[in-house]
Amino acid sequence: MIGVGKLKQYTNVLEKPLSKGKQEVSLSAFAFLFSELVQYNQTQVDNISELERRLEDAGYAVGARVLELLCHREKVADSLEKGTEHEDEYMISEKEPLVNRFISIPKDMGTFNCGAFVAGIVRGVLDNAGFPAVVTAHFVPVEGQQRPRTTILIKFAEEVLRREARLG
Amino acid sequence: MAPIAPRSGDAVFANVERVNAELFTLTYGAIVRQLLTDLEEVEEVNKQLDQMGYNIGIRLIDEFLAKSNVSRCVDFKETAEVIAKVGFKMFLGVSASVTNWDADGTCCSLILEDNPLVDFVELPDTCQGLYYCNVLSGVIRGALEMVSMKTEVTWVRDMLRGDDAYELKVKLLKQVPEEYPYKDDE
Repeated sequence: MIGVGKLKQYTNVLEKPLSKGKQEVSLSAFAFLFSELVQYNQTQVDNISELERRLEDAGYAVGARVLELLCHREKVADSLEKGTEHEDEYMISEKEPLVNRFISIPKDMGTFNCGAFVAGIVRGVLDNAGFPAVVTAHFVPVEGQQRPRTTILIKFAEEVLRREARLG
Repeated sequence: MAPIAPRSGDAVFANVERVNAELFTLTYGAIVRQLLTDLEEVEEVNKQLDQMGYNIGIRLIDEFLAKSNVSRCVDFKETAEVIAKVGFKMFLGVSASVTNWDADGTCCSLILEDNPLVDFVELPDTCQGLYYCNVLSGVIRGALEMVSMKTEVTWVRDMLRGDDAYELKVKLLKQVPEEYPYKDDE
């Protein structure tokens, strides 16, 4: 039974037509995989900040590739819009980001936030688009809610702000 | 109470929460890349991926049973069909076909019709020995072990290695009788 599958063989990955990006997998498949990523990295580090750094690195690699995909699919925006004048910090807040949905942090791990992975993705996209920034993930307690929300804080490098100011 | 009818893979997949497959693909890629950097030896990476898959498999089976309403399979043949048509569909949104049965019905091949793990992937010369999708074989082995089946899962064909399909060989080693986990006096 050769050729049962629908997959076509290409000699080179670049010959393969780019998918439209509409495919989906189940959220739990992603959650399982992500949990393995976190658990594996836990075995490679001694402290929380190192763990967050490693997750961020993994995210960065994803971000860089997401940007590339977006560029192939559609024209990228020419400039990043500023929310408020003369501000170098931007925040993205989410009540329960995908990566924290099925994660509970043990007490002894303090402020560890799996959002570091998301922060890494954001940084990967920004950096490769020419907007170097420091991106971090933080828990922010919400009144009347048991679980804190996660805020991704983006702080652009000075050079970006200077350039943007020059370009008006 | 009448038994609940098992649901088709499509029906389950349509009802679960889903995420963009590219996020999944790229995250998996990030994991493989990290392992290659940390472990250096391709053989070690294969082992680690298999272990990760196993860890996933032993937990994933709970969700599979809860959501699919699949009850006890009469034989290994049915088990293989369920993995191919319901299991793969429910988690990855793709299905597989089952072929190449041996005479006594304990060994078969699963051929993936699509493989969301390998989008954008090409193995560089330095990684020719890598079984990039080794996590999948671990998942199947782990999940089946939780339902009393010891199996051996190996890659027969891998398109990243120049073959014409993704083919996993699943061999049933033995069926472990179910035991009550506690002794009476405990």
